[in-house]
Amino acid sequence: MYLIPCPWCGERDQSEFRSGGEAHIARPLEPEHLNDGAWADYLFMRTNPMGLYRERWVHAHGCRRWFNMLRDTVSDRILAVYHMDEAPPEPGDES
Amino acid sequence: MSDQTHRLAAGGGVDRTRPLAFTFNGRAYGGFGGDTLASALLANGVHLVGRSFKYHRPRGILSAGPEETNALVQLGRGGATDPNHPATTVELWDGLEARSQNCWPGPRFDLGSLAESASPLITAGFYYKTFMWPARLWPLYERIIRHAGGLGRSPTEPDPDTYEHVNAHCDVLVAGGGPAGLAAARAAAGTGARVIVAEQDPAFGGALLNETEETTIAGAPPLEWVERTAGELAAAEEVRLLPRTTVFAYYDHNYLALVERLGDHLSPAEGTGRPRQRLWKVRAKQVVLATGAIERPLVFADNDRPGIMLAGAARAYLNRYGVKPGNRAVVFTGNDDAYRAALDMVAAGATVEAIVDLRPEVSGALPHRALDAGIPVLAGHAIVATHGRHRIQGVSVMALNDDATGVTGAARDLACDVVLMSGGWNPAVHLFSQSRGRLRFDDERAIFVPDTSAQAERSAGAANGTFSLAQCLAEGARAGLAAAQEAGLDGTAEPAPEVDETQESPARTVWVVPTRKTRGARMFVDFQGDVTVKDLRGAVREGYRSVEHVKRYTTAGMGLDQGKTGNVAALAVVAEAVGASIPEIGTTTFRPPYTPVTFGAIAGRDAGDLFDPVRKTPIHRWHADHGAEFEDVGQWQRPWYYPRKGESMHDAVQRECLAARRSVGILDYSTLGKIDIQGRDGAELLNRVYTNAWSKLAIGRARYGLMLGEDGMVMDDGVTSRLGETHYLMTTTTGNAATVLGWLEEWLQTEWPDLKVHLTSVSEQWATVSLCGPNSRRVVAALNPDIALDGEAFPHMSVREGRILGVATRIARVSFTGELGFEVSVPANHGLALWEACMEAGKDYDITPYGTEAMHVLRAEKGFIIVGQETDGSITPGDLGMDWIVSKRKADFIGKRSLARSGVAGGERKHLVGLLTDNANEVLVEGAQLVEDAQSCPPVSRPPVTMVGHVTSSYMSPNMGRSIALAMVKNGRDRIGARLFVAMEGKAIPVSVVRPVFFDPEGGRLDG
Repeated sequence: MYLIPCPWCGERDQSEFRSGGEAHIARPLEPEHLNDGAWADYLFMRTNPMGLYRERWVHAHGCRRWFNMLRDTVSDRILAVYHMDEAPPEPGDES
Repeated sequence: MSDQTHRLAAGGGVDRTRPLAFTFNGRAYGGFGGDTLASALLANGVHLVGRSFKYHRPRGILSAGPEETNALVQLGRGGATDPNHPATTVELWDGLEARSQNCWPGPRFDLGSLAESASPLITAGFYYKTFMWPARLWPLYERIIRHAGGLGRSPTEPDPDTYEHVNAHCDVLVAGGGPAGLAAARAAAGTGARVIVAEQDPAFGGALLNETEETTIAGAPPLEWVERTAGELAAAEEVRLLPRTTVFAYYDHNYLALVERLGDHLSPAEGTGRPRQRLWKVRAKQVVLATGAIERPLVFADNDRPGIMLAGAARAYLNRYGVKPGNRAVVFTGNDDAYRAALDMVAAGATVEAIVDLRPEVSGALPHRALDAGIPVLAGHAIVATHGRHRIQGVSVMALNDDATGVTGAARDLACDVVLMSGGWNPAVHLFSQSRGRLRFDDERAIFVPDTSAQAERSAGAANGTFSLAQCLAEGARAGLAAAQEAGLDGTAEPAPEVDETQESPARTVWVVPTRKTRGARMFVDFQGDVTVKDLRGAVREGYRSVEHVKRYTTAGMGLDQGKTGNVAALAVVAEAVGASIPEIGTTTFRPPYTPVTFGAIAGRDAGDLFDPVRKTPIHRWHADHGAEFEDVGQWQRPWYYPRKGESMHDAVQRECLAARRSVGILDYSTLGKIDIQGRDGAELLNRVYTNAWSKLAIGRARYGLMLGEDGMVMDDGVTSRLGETHYLMTTTTGNAATVLGWLEEWLQTEWPDLKVHLTSVSEQWATVSLCGPNSRRVVAALNPDIALDGEAFPHMSVREGRILGVATRIARVSFTGELGFEVSVPANHGLALWEACMEAGKDYDITPYGTEAMHVLRAEKGFIIVGQETDGSITPGDLGMDWIVSKRKADFIGKRSLARSGVAGGERKHLVGLLTDNANEVLVEGAQLVEDAQSCPPVSRPPVTMVGHVTSSYMSPNMGRSIALAMVKNGRDRIGARLFVAMEGKAIPVSVVRPVFFDPEGGRLDG
């Protein structure tokens, strides 16, 4: 059970949050111009790294705000949280 | 009550002024306050406590703690009986009733023991190999095997106890209240840190509770130091001492779970009114693991007879409980520590026949003291056989060869009634490993010790492989101070107290003690699972290499004790058989819980009526008063139907359905999900999340919408109305309200932050009464709203705001039944008044309340879908025949691109169709499968058969005067008029495929 630092509310128990999967997957602006393969990439394909992972979370039972999180999937350490419109911190940047 | 024949006259921590009566297997015994069931049984000379799991071998008490693998008992009787308690952790109370498990009729004469004569046949993997054929008989085999093998009996009545949960935060959590833990807590508390100390035992002190006064701390007996330190901690404001509390789980981010036993040690009368157990969920900044060590049994021939126990356990019984486990002991060891047990036995007046020591040469302080006490020491020897069935009666001893691979010379027989063994001590690294810390194998001492931490924790004392008391105290204090400092507090170290203790010389580890003959003798590694050396080697011979696989195949370490005593020896046997070192093969994964936790503690108060919140509409009370049966829809309780006196459900639903079409029906629709949408870009949001176009929806008009997932599959539907220039009200299905709100918020926050829209859930702010039927307008009109209701002023699919009964109202002209319909909403507080006014106004029209079942029938008569009933996450609008609602002109909406994917756009899809049975009275079973020919119905000669679809909705329709059904069928629209069969067990029901609208296909009734 993680202790997640919500950018708006501070540290809260994981049970207040919902994970939204991998971050920084923008919805294509013109889906009709994508072939089936490219659309399927957007729709279904996600990375599953061993190590640093940028993912989306929502404080569902709190402020209901979405945010991004940088987590090490090996140690489950949370290295950074940042707003939806922010660029991900470079590895090594976080602390 | 028989005498406590083995109770010492004095000494130990039991309260001899508080005699307690208890029964074991129906026989009355006596014990004292402070006893465990195990110590009280031993005080009465009872060693035989139960039978083993597989072979039903007689078993006794091995340990004095939660690592107990043999002495499992069933507590209480009747429906609330409680199985699988280690007798070593059951605190005695007056009137306690305990029974042996896994034996019938009793542990002394057990019919199941016949299994042992068949034991050559039932080695590891026996079940897998033997009962594979014929497969259809497995249920029978399983029943017999489970009866033969069962561990205890489950209670048959609801748990009478209550449990609670507590959340807590602290700077330093100390797991374990022994010397290292107390020293850590004291050092941490000295900084002002908020400290929680959890000790599984009722008393603090750990191993010091079993110590004699020859060891001293600061010149005083160890328990004086314990008492003083615990007293200081109890008085400290920021320290919480939790005795009888086990830290059983170490999760991510220093989240730990503890179970506190508040009432298990009390008689029912004493425990009345308090919870039995409390689950602590602790988030700790820092953790100190001072969980001690667990002694290893030696693996030798027939090492499982009652009376063979761990040397450290014997010391606990002697020194803590004042109980002499036997009168004639043989001590079997490879280390100095067990000599203390021998000396304690002699001090208690018992005879020690010999100390059989695996080490070829024995020196050091403890062996010298044993020799001085006149105890024969047989260095370089081993026990090669044990004798006695229900109790150990003697052992055979032989000399070991140099590398301890065999025995030589003549065997000597030694008579005894107890064997005290020690194979060394394993640090209790369970919590450390749960925290994902990495272990290191210390070759010299043959133990796993904590190496690299993964979380904010440190180990101290025996849990860290530090066994000297002086070093435990010093290491504990260092760990406690460092933890507090890392938690952000300031403090300085105090000098550790002086300790006087006897030093130990190096130990020798012999994983499998050789014997003279290998046939017939069983060397148990895991007592509870009856796993022997032979089983483990056999598993390796059969090709298992990973310890995880060997574990599962042999069941080593899979019992209630999770291999606390046997696992490392099992690893050693597997490593030797594989030809690798112990660190090379590694350990199995340590998982929570450390010791078994009751379901009651995990559930806490979230049980029974409190399991899930119940949501009731403002009109609920009326429904209940008028005899409604309720149905759970998500957390909502909705009226299902309203049976009149003597009516069955069928009768009631048929009556309600007829009334709604003939005159007027009334439905509590307050549970409908309602999302208030305001802002400049409301229409744009609707355009993006619904398949149809919203830009031209006029104020005061309403429109039905279908919401898709990005995969193109239907996820929700509902009517949205436009209340103002920038104001919309979206409705969702009852069960989906929260999901849809979350879905819209997600898109707005993550992809479309530029849209100026605000969403508010108003589901519970409005109560909604839905009226339908030709007389519905008259009923609404009778309530005198300031809204014109005639068809011209208020057409179908429109919404009006105004006042009714003196309060604000929103009335929508919509219909889920195909009849003229009005949904009248008022602020929730006025919901009941509105309903009652409608009932009064509708009296002349025989207004009929109807429930969700009639609602389902009425909409099915019209072929209207219910998301989640006709759809299952794999259904597109086209599958439902609803292409009319999918805009061709909109460039994009959620799910649009997916509708053009191959496999969705073309190819074979399931379509929504209607089904009519030949027999008008036959109602199909929802979920039933459809096939093309009667021969494909079970029983079929050649499975598998091709299923072409399934029934999604099926009812007896009173308005059609026959049964109707909806179904999703492959290429269903091309099969209109065709015949299919509903495959039921033993029969095929012929049906005709029809269009999915049964009643009023022209829609003429919408205007009343």
